[in-house]
Amino acid sequence: MEKTLCRGRIWVLQDAAGKLIEDIDTDQIFHNAFLHITEISEMGQHAFGNLEGWKDFSKKAKPEDIVVAGRNFGAGSSRQQAVDCFIALKIGAILAPSYSSIYFRNAVNSGLPILRSGELSELVVRRSLETGDEIEVDFLAGKGLDLNKNFSFAVEAMSAVQWEIYRQGDLFAFGRTFSRGS
Amino acid sequence: MGNTIIEKIIRAHSHDEVSPGKIAWMDLDIRSARDFGGPNVAKNYEREYAGLPLADPAKTFFTFDLCAPACTLRYADNQQACRGFALKHGVEVFDVDKGIGTHVLMEEGLAQPASTVVGTDSHMNILGAVGSFGQGMGDVDIAFAFRTGRTWFEVPETVKVSLKGTFRKPTTAKDLTLFLLKELGTKKIALRAAEFYGPSAAGLSLAGRLTLASMITEMAGIIGFIPEGCDAARKELPDSGMRRGALSTAFTADDGASYLETLEVDIQGLPPQVAAPFSPTNVKPVSDLRGTKINSGFIGSCTNGRFEDLAEAAKILKGRKVRKGVMLKIVPATRRVYEELLSKGVLADLFESGAIIHNPGCGGCAEGHVGLTGKGEVQISTGNRNFAGKQGKGETYLAGPAVVAASCVLGHIAGPEDV
Repeated sequence: MEKTLCRGRIWVLQDAAGKLIEDIDTDQIFHNAFLHITEISEMGQHAFGNLEGWKDFSKKAKPEDIVVAGRNFGAGSSRQQAVDCFIALKIGAILAPSYSSIYFRNAVNSGLPILRSGELSELVVRRSLETGDEIEVDFLAGKGLDLNKNFSFAVEAMSAVQWEIYRQGDLFAFGRTFSRGS
Repeated sequence: MGNTIIEKIIRAHSHDEVSPGKIAWMDLDIRSARDFGGPNVAKNYEREYAGLPLADPAKTFFTFDLCAPACTLRYADNQQACRGFALKHGVEVFDVDKGIGTHVLMEEGLAQPASTVVGTDSHMNILGAVGSFGQGMGDVDIAFAFRTGRTWFEVPETVKVSLKGTFRKPTTAKDLTLFLLKELGTKKIALRAAEFYGPSAAGLSLAGRLTLASMITEMAGIIGFIPEGCDAARKELPDSGMRRGALSTAFTADDGASYLETLEVDIQGLPPQVAAPFSPTNVKPVSDLRGTKINSGFIGSCTNGRFEDLAEAAKILKGRKVRKGVMLKIVPATRRVYEELLSKGVLADLFESGAIIHNPGCGGCAEGHVGLTGKGEVQISTGNRNFAGKQGKGETYLAGPAVVAASCVLGHIAGPEDV
């Protein structure tokens, strides 16, 4: 049985006014000063290394934690490191109302669960979703559940391609099944 | 029912159903990687596909443009690793002497109208300027494309953007582009393709088309096309398309193509524009920022590194001097652009003004060796991004070549008519 859901503690990327930070770009996620790094294991320490207020993220994050961000997350460059740094930290999933196209693809192709939820902005402003809450996200049922406060919210289910890539591990593993014609 | 341009291009490269929201497997005409991303592509490939051949070496390229030539040992190592991979697999390398990869692929006739082109450059969609579906991708995607020659893609909706009115010099394509960033922001065409219509769009030169198409990325769009005049503008390239086979023709949208929405933007009499830190959408008329002191200027990038862009700057700089204490860095997009600057005497005009002229490449956009700003430094740049920390610790304003040149002469933000 594949894992169809993940459970973890959330980090809500919000500003001083409590709103989700929008348009977080890949230089804020993984600065171009470190693009020469090709080892995934060396990338985790630089996650959010250029995002004001979150530069110590890599020290605070634990495996299976979930990142909650504002719309157009991952704007800017095509760098895979902006996804790989979260894989290095064993982040369980990323949730945002929307992503840059390239960032979303990169996460899908690397098998990092990345999901869209249009309700996040509202939930965060109302302080329903807060940093530290334990949540559960179902990849196929299109549902999120705040386990601390016991309420659910809508999450866009993974597409067939995203699910298959995630299920196989990454695009490379998926491609091997694909080329066998299954 | 008719089709939009992006739908036609994907359909011509896929056996799957092509309609917005559907995921189609798409053949890729050109797959490339550069010196950022490239080493990881090679590494992914050797890990996942050791001993297996590329789908087609003749359609696979490396383009080195970011840290060219390498200024640190890590980049030197990375570029050398790519060269080794290329040699082993029979892949052509457009090396550190050639310039910006997207521009080189276009000049070489590899990025043809109606083609699909991918690479590790988020401004790959700049190729929309010549009617090609260019798309930036990460190193997993590109390694997969090297091996299989294809990828999956969610067919985007298309938005029609109708530009009402016209503008005159000194307003340029960059000012139009910045104004569109202000009007469209990062939401109106997000995750969609855009088609630009109207006399101002139709009249854009190839350089102007590249400027607008490149900054679709900053608008969070997938790609932008400027169908009217596309094939004619492409002929501005010296021996365009001759090197690698016959020149194809750009697609136009069908009558009755289905658009998600039509947006109208009034650009009548538009004055020069500047994007203030720290967002390309934080756009104001030059007059609002006139007098802001600057320390440095940069003219170049995929957005404004063509001959026409640098000649525009040279018109202001000829017979004038860059103000003492201001450094102006100029980086032509490609070696061919550099050659044209040399042969037409424009390079001498730029040099005599006191500008620093670098070899072709991306120059000041990424934190490469031409691009750094120090803490407190104020830079005005023809690049496409001014996010916090992108080019160092300073603050970057974005503008067109004439505005940057005028600002560097005066030492503060100014319009071309102020000098």
